[in-house]
Amino acid sequence: MSGGVDSSVAATLLKEGGYRVIGMMLRLWSESGSESENRCCTIDAMNLARRVAAQLEIPFYAVDAKNVFRETVVQYFIDGYQAGSTPNPCLVCNRHIRWGFLLNQALTLGADFMATGHYARLRKAGKGKQEADGSQIELLKAIDDQKDQSYVLHVLNQRQLAKACFPLGEYSKPQVRELARKYQLPVAERSDSQDLCFLGNGTYRAFLERNAPETSKPGPILSTDGEEMGQHQGLAFYTIGQRRGLGIAAAEPLYVVRKDTGNNALIIGPRGFLGSSQLTAREVNWISGAPPKEAFRAQVKIRYKAQPAWGLVKPLDDGGVHIEFDEPLRDITPGQAAVFYDSDTCLGGGIIQ
Amino acid sequence: MISDKVYLDYAASTPVDPKVKEAMLPFFDQFYGNPSSTHIYGQQAEAAVESARETIAQGLNCLPQEVVFTSCGSESDNLALRGAAWAARQVRNADHILISPVEHHAVSHTAQQLADLFGFELEYLPIDEHGVVNPETIKEHLRPSTAIVSVIHANNEIGTINPIAEIGAVCREKGIPFHTDSVQGAAHLPVDVQELNVDLLALGAHKFYGPKGVGALFVRRGTPLYPNQTGGSQESGLRAGTQNVPYIVGMAEAFRLAQEDHEPRQAYVQALRDRIIGRVLEEVPYTQLTGHPAERLPNHTSFAFKAVDGNNLLMLLDVQGFACSSGSACKTGNPEPSDVLTALGLPTEWGLGSLRVTVGKETTPAEVDKFLEVLPALVERNRDLNQ
Repeated sequence: MSGGVDSSVAATLLKEGGYRVIGMMLRLWSESGSESENRCCTIDAMNLARRVAAQLEIPFYAVDAKNVFRETVVQYFIDGYQAGSTPNPCLVCNRHIRWGFLLNQALTLGADFMATGHYARLRKAGKGKQEADGSQIELLKAIDDQKDQSYVLHVLNQRQLAKACFPLGEYSKPQVRELARKYQLPVAERSDSQDLCFLGNGTYRAFLERNAPETSKPGPILSTDGEEMGQHQGLAFYTIGQRRGLGIAAAEPLYVVRKDTGNNALIIGPRGFLGSSQLTAREVNWISGAPPKEAFRAQVKIRYKAQPAWGLVKPLDDGGVHIEFDEPLRDITPGQAAVFYDSDTCLGGGIIQ
Repeated sequence: MISDKVYLDYAASTPVDPKVKEAMLPFFDQFYGNPSSTHIYGQQAEAAVESARETIAQGLNCLPQEVVFTSCGSESDNLALRGAAWAARQVRNADHILISPVEHHAVSHTAQQLADLFGFELEYLPIDEHGVVNPETIKEHLRPSTAIVSVIHANNEIGTINPIAEIGAVCREKGIPFHTDSVQGAAHLPVDVQELNVDLLALGAHKFYGPKGVGALFVRRGTPLYPNQTGGSQESGLRAGTQNVPYIVGMAEAFRLAQEDHEPRQAYVQALRDRIIGRVLEEVPYTQLTGHPAERLPNHTSFAFKAVDGNNLLMLLDVQGFACSSGSACKTGNPEPSDVLTALGLPTEWGLGSLRVTVGKETTPAEVDKFLEVLPALVERNRDLNQ
């Protein structure tokens, strides 16, 4: 329970459904001096979560995960930027913190399931599928396509999914707010959390300047021919496909095409250079527990908020995948996840290289 | 709703005794006057407050006018430390504060604030591995410029009882004011302020089956003390604000009962305490008792388990229906060993696995046995989690 609308309503639905519910809150690391800024676990948020728990007459415990969060999630974020990619720390948080550290705590308390306020659904796999690949549980998109969070949950394995419960998967966000009002939860009107929870006051830019200064070292902006076009403020502050904020006047619009971390150079070029119709992903997790034996067509999301794109997904011998898209995509970004779907079913995903 | 639960956290708070509740009730809506008012309503309320003051004074073996009512034990500690420090600086230019390193935060944080904001020099007394202050060492640390000495009577986390009378005698000899926080102690130990040689002594009602929100400070006549809260002239000008009449009445009744029933209560809880200590040390591997093995509160047990996450253990126990606390008792779940356990020199891998189990007059032997049956397995489960 984060003190937000979603987890509060999730807990309420379970309580109303007759489950014996225990509220748990993660206390996560935030930059020193900015504890009050950490959106997901401020003292205020904790007091709200506590009030909801008291209203539901369920026990509530705050669990400290500061060190493990700092060592895994925050370090991953810093390492990613240092390597010139655009990491998605929420994926690591879900794999290691929520569905690792916290799930273990919950199971130790004797819980049968751990529920979260994520928008996603679970389905017991049909018999044929169970026999084919042994998988028990399928991960499905939420009913509310706008809020669907299966993208960040693609990292879960069968053991984790067997203990997971997503009470909000069948609801839309407006319905969830309506439920919060109906049950008079003190969190009904809280706004949705955005951005990364551990960033201190301000932006990831300021955070990286403080925590990974080498990623914010200025360097040259080069054309695709190697011609120097200007100065960038640090590679971390640009994303592939970005057009605004380059400070370069040219006859045609120019976009960030690539980052050359070795030379600390930002490569820009006209639209034609942008985009690719293929990618390789590593650290692939297959929801079913095993990669398919053959290439398959799937819809692929290359960012949390991206439109799914059709492509052919080929499992590689090293555990990664190679994807060829039907149409080139403009903003394939190393560090983000490519997540594969068969219609509503999330099949898995990996980190774009 | 929580009747199937077992409450083992009497050092945190206690249920209000039915006799105490009974004594309080008329003062909510029957005798509701302001004790400072001239009329009969005021006089009735004032009589109740003064009668309560006499009751407390009898228990403490002091004069009624030496008892100041406050809102809680912490406020009493604040008034004692800040009030005595400010007055000593004004009266005799004293600027040195001497406290033990195992004080309740109400004392230690107040002393720290006096150092940070008011320029006092804060010095800590040495303690032994059980958290005991040796009276002999006081002599070496006392200075003519010492404004106030404070040593906790019985420690809330580890239960250790300090030799207050001996420490007080040393301070008295040098003419330095001596305060003791007896918020835990007064619930279980005789608190004769003449025998204890104290100038200031803090009490809180809810540790001895009185209500929360009321406390008292004994201030020996002649001890220079400035108020922390200014305004009206209530409580001899030492604590402004309309007295909380029903709660003061309740506190007096609870204190009277605690003194009256002292011996049977002590014998009863001590047997339960010793049963817990004996079996936990025997049945849970890698365990040590924290605090003094003998000189400790009769209802108090505290342990350190090696390689255990104390916060998780508390959750495990709570889910199983047992309400206990840890040294670092903290609902925010910060994994820091407490100041007290650190001061004892306990390594972090022990200090994070602390557990405090405190019993009371409502605790039954069957409840204690039920607890002792589940604890070893829960500690083991917790250790598995941390592997």
